[in-house]
This record gives sequence, structure tokens and C-alpha cells, in this order.
Amino acid sequence: MAETDTRAPGRLTRFVAWLDARMPLTETIEYHATKYYAPKNFNFWYYFGVLGIVVLVIQLLSGLWLTMSYVPSGDGAFASVEYIMRDVEYGWLIRYLHSTGASAFFLVVYLHMFRALAYGSYRAPRELLWLIGMAIYLVLMAEGFFGYVLTWGNMSFWAAQVIVSLVGAIPIIGPDLMEWVRGDYGMSGITLNRFFALHVVLLPLALVGLVFLHIVALHHVGSNNPEGVDIKKHKDAQGVPLDGIPFHPYYTVHDLMATIGFLILFCAIVFFAPEMFGYFIEKPNFEEADPLKTPEHIAPVWYYTPFYAMLRATTFPLFGLSAKFWGLIVMAAAIVIPAILPWLDRSRVRSIRYRGALSKLMLAMLVVSFIVLGYLGTIPPSPTATALAQVFTVLYFAYFLLMPWYSRVDKTKPVPDRIP
Amino acid sequence: MSTSEAHGAEGAPAAEEPGVNTGRRYFLIASTTAVGGVGVVGAAIPFVKAWMPSAKAKALGAPIRIDIAKLRPGEILGPIPAWRGQPVFVIYRGDASVAALESATEDLADPDSENAEMQPDYARNPWRSRRPEIGVYLGLCTHLGCSPKYYGEIQPETFDANWQGGFFCPCHGSRFDLAGRVVKAVPAPDNLPVPPHFFETEDVIVIGLDEDTA
Repeated sequence: MAETDTRAPGRLTRFVAWLDARMPLTETIEYHATKYYAPKNFNFWYYFGVLGIVVLVIQLLSGLWLTMSYVPSGDGAFASVEYIMRDVEYGWLIRYLHSTGASAFFLVVYLHMFRALAYGSYRAPRELLWLIGMAIYLVLMAEGFFGYVLTWGNMSFWAAQVIVSLVGAIPIIGPDLMEWVRGDYGMSGITLNRFFALHVVLLPLALVGLVFLHIVALHHVGSNNPEGVDIKKHKDAQGVPLDGIPFHPYYTVHDLMATIGFLILFCAIVFFAPEMFGYFIEKPNFEEADPLKTPEHIAPVWYYTPFYAMLRATTFPLFGLSAKFWGLIVMAAAIVIPAILPWLDRSRVRSIRYRGALSKLMLAMLVVSFIVLGYLGTIPPSPTATALAQVFTVLYFAYFLLMPWYSRVDKTKPVPDRIP
Repeated sequence: MSTSEAHGAEGAPAAEEPGVNTGRRYFLIASTTAVGGVGVVGAAIPFVKAWMPSAKAKALGAPIRIDIAKLRPGEILGPIPAWRGQPVFVIYRGDASVAALESATEDLADPDSENAEMQPDYARNPWRSRRPEIGVYLGLCTHLGCSPKYYGEIQPETFDANWQGGFFCPCHGSRFDLAGRVVKAVPAPDNLPVPPHFFETEDVIVIGLDEDTA
């Protein structure tokens, strides 16, 4: 490659050549950045993938630092969190970064998923990319739950009690399985200690591994775009897509701007509203866990409330199985059902921009259902709230289960050959 | 390296290779996988078992004694961390409440304690206890394990205008009568569990053991 260059290669060039002979450094940078061609028409919705990585880094870094002062025991956990908040230099900041980061993570991921729904990003050839993303989402939910338990406040304790009891709803093996998960006859320090191990070792490893696979799979099939047009169909003589631009420097700079904007908002919350009026850190969590005193009203953190509302809405037994077990099934199904979207969508087009009114209506209904259920999951149970939650649970599932029908019969507009 | 023989040995399917006993090869692959699989299962046992309640957790789950000498009709002792760190309710029902338990059962999901797992046999009666007036229940909602609150008076409550006394779960709105029997059409599927217990003396209850096993 340097034959035409008459000057002797510099130190850096020689060092890079030395590295390239021993590992695929330049090749990897080119494949994933400087010669990775992304569609030129990314819009606002395409920020949330990279913001997910930003939040992941914030969580890994702040989490590592919290581990240095946290005590994972039934007697010490709550006090050590207070110790971090009051006595550790900047401990409050590191903890608030981590607690706000958890909410930010889910916000970013939900917006990222909405983008995929709107533009049909889950469709072939990106089904595996979508499935890996769903796996990330599941691990993230487990990670968020275990982390929430670690503060060992009273809400943490009882939320964990509720969630672990879900395991007990499984017929036959449930009660024994529940004892196995807790390692005790009730929630205790033993349970806390193992949740800590999962939260700081196993799940972060899984998360980082899955994010790596997500990016590798993305760069293999290439990004979708708001038009849902395949940019690989039209390439120039060098094989570069005509509607693509190199990820670096174009999108790195573009994403850097988004990151700065995000961090401004993020820091505003960390500094001025870290508890978010009880939505990010709930009031009963300022009391230590008390196995004898259930808080007046139990609700999970906002990012689980849509599914929690569906759990509570399932109040009747069916086919000889208890309402509790069906609640578990409904909740679990609601969480994982997006995974089969690639096989439910029969539309001729990818993007919502070229779909008809029916598809737009269904997507809007899904968003409304999700938000209403999210709200219902935060308020105390009442007959009206339960009835509303039942209606919106049906609407939520309708988006998915009716998709094979409405995506096929819905009118579509002709999709341009290239990005307009 | 690029000769056709070498290429054939590396890339072609095993079935086409001359001089290879494919039957034996598959047998060896299958048997190695099976033996290896047994090894993996065996190695997993200690890791799975390490999640079971430890000896210390089991010791802390031993039976305990409760003195009810000072309990009066209408009162509740509890929730107290009586057995295995779980909240336990000990209630003293007044005569009117005992009478109410024996009638008006059409709203209950399991008035006759037919789910045998939820109580020992000696508690399969209208009041679900050894003595009609003294009830002993685990204070954990059978829905998702919240601790229901005691509303012992026969009086209208916000959640039920015709309330006959009992327990109300603040988490998901499940209701139980004064015998811990669950009301129909609430999230909780079962009656409140009755822990194994017996009266050691007139005023001392042992929780965690049945009389015959003591």
C-alpha cells in the first residue's frame, strides 16, 4: 500500500502497520466507522441507539464506583446507601447518576424501540438484530429490577417480594422455585446478596456482550432509515451506496451533538430533580426494608408500570389456572410479544411513511395504550382503574395480534427506489 | 496444501471421505457429547444447590412461641415476625364475628377450605383455626405476598360498604374475611395460609409445628 509513497513511513504509520500485521485494527475501524455507510437521511429518532451506549457507559462507570462503598447485606445495605449519599465525597452525585441513568436507559430504549416500530426496522433482513435488541431489553429489565432491590428501602423490599412471588405462581414447581430464588423462606439479606452478584457481574457482562452482538449484526445488514428504502440497491463503481455516507466523520459528529444535548438534560435532572417527584426514587424507599410493614401503596418504578398494570388487570381464573398465574402469563407475554413482530408484519412496505391510515392508527393506539397503562400502574387499585387497564391491555395486544391482518389489508403508497 | 486430496480431507462432508468409518465417528461424537453432558449436569449441581436456603437460614426458620394472654376480642397480635421472618396474624374474634363466619359465604372463593395446601387439616372449618375465636394466619397475601391490613370491625369501609371485618391488601385490593378466606373476583387466588401451630398451654401458641410432630 505504501509503494507509491517515496517518503519513509513515519513512526505512527509503522506502529499501525505493526499492529495491523497482528490484529485487524485498521480493517475493523474501516468496517465499523470510516467505511460503514449509513443512510444519509437519519432523523431525530436515530439518536437513541447511540444514546443507549452513552447511558450504558454512565451506568458501568457510576456502578463500578458505587460498588466500592456499597455493602450487600441485609443489615448493611440501607445504611451503606446513606453513607454513600452523606459521607462519601461526591457519593450523592455518583448515586444520582446511576439512579437517573436507570430511568434514562429505559426512556432511551423505549424511544429506540418505537423508532423500530414506526420505520419497520425489525423486518427482514434485520430480524436477528431485532431479536438481539429484545434480549438486551429483557436483560435490562432484570438489571433494573435487581439494582432497584439493592438500596433495600421498604419499597425495594416489597417490590422484590411481589416480583419474586410471581415465580410462585408457576403451577407445581412454583413454591419450591421461589424458595430457591430467595435462598430463604422470605425475602432476606441472603436474597439481596445474590441479587447484588447478578446485578454487578452476570447481567452487565451479558448486557455488554449483547450490545456488541447488536452492533455487529447492525453493521452486517446495514441501518434502516425513515423511508424504509434499501440503500444497498444502488451503489457507485466502488461499491459505495449512493444514498449512504460514512459513519465517521458524518454520524460521529452528528451523534456527538445529540450526546451533548442529552447530557444537558440528564445533568439537569441529576442536579435538580434526581427523585423526579417520587417517580425515579420513591418516597417509601427512604425507609429501611421492613418485612412486617407493606407500604400503603406498592408500585414499581415508571418503566415497569405498563406491564404491572396488565398484571393487576388480570383478575379472573381461566381453564382451571389461577388469576395470579394468568397475570404472570399476560405480563410476560406483553413484554416478549414484540420479539415476533418480524413474522407478524405482512405489509408490502417497511416505513410508516408509506403505510395507510389503519397502520398509523394502530401504532398510535399502541403508544396511547402503553402510556395509559403506565399511568394506571402507578395509581392505587380501584374498580375503574382495573376496568380501564383491562381495556387497554386488550388494545395493547391488538396491535400485535391483529397485525397479520391489518398490515396486509391496509393501503400502502408506492415506495421510491432511492431516498428522495 | 492446495492439492485436491488435501482440500477433500478438509472440506468435504464426512460421508464422502474414503477410509473413514462414519458410523464409528458418529458413535464417538454422540458418546463423547453424552458423557460430557452428564459431566456438565453433575458440575451444575453444586451451583444450583448453593442457591437453596443455607443451614443458617434453616436454623432461623425454627418454630417459635407466642403468648396471647393479653389478647382481647376484636384485637390482633401482629403482624409479628413469628415464623421464618414472615408476618403472622393472631386474631381474637368476638362472638358476632365468629357467628358471621358461619353464615354468609356466597361471596367467598373457597369458603370450605378445599385447597388443602393452604391450611393443616385441623383448620379446615368455617373459622379456619383450632379454636373458633383465635385465628392464626400468615400475613402474606396469596396474590403477590404483600401484607394485608387488619380491618376487624363490622362496619362500612371505603373498599366495601357491607364489610364484615377481615383483611384488605393495599397493594392490589384483595380482601379476606376474618378467617382469612379470600373474597371472589379479587387478584388473590387463595385463602391466607394457616401455618402449622398448636396450643402448648391455654395462652401459648407454638407456630411452625403441629402438635403430633412436636
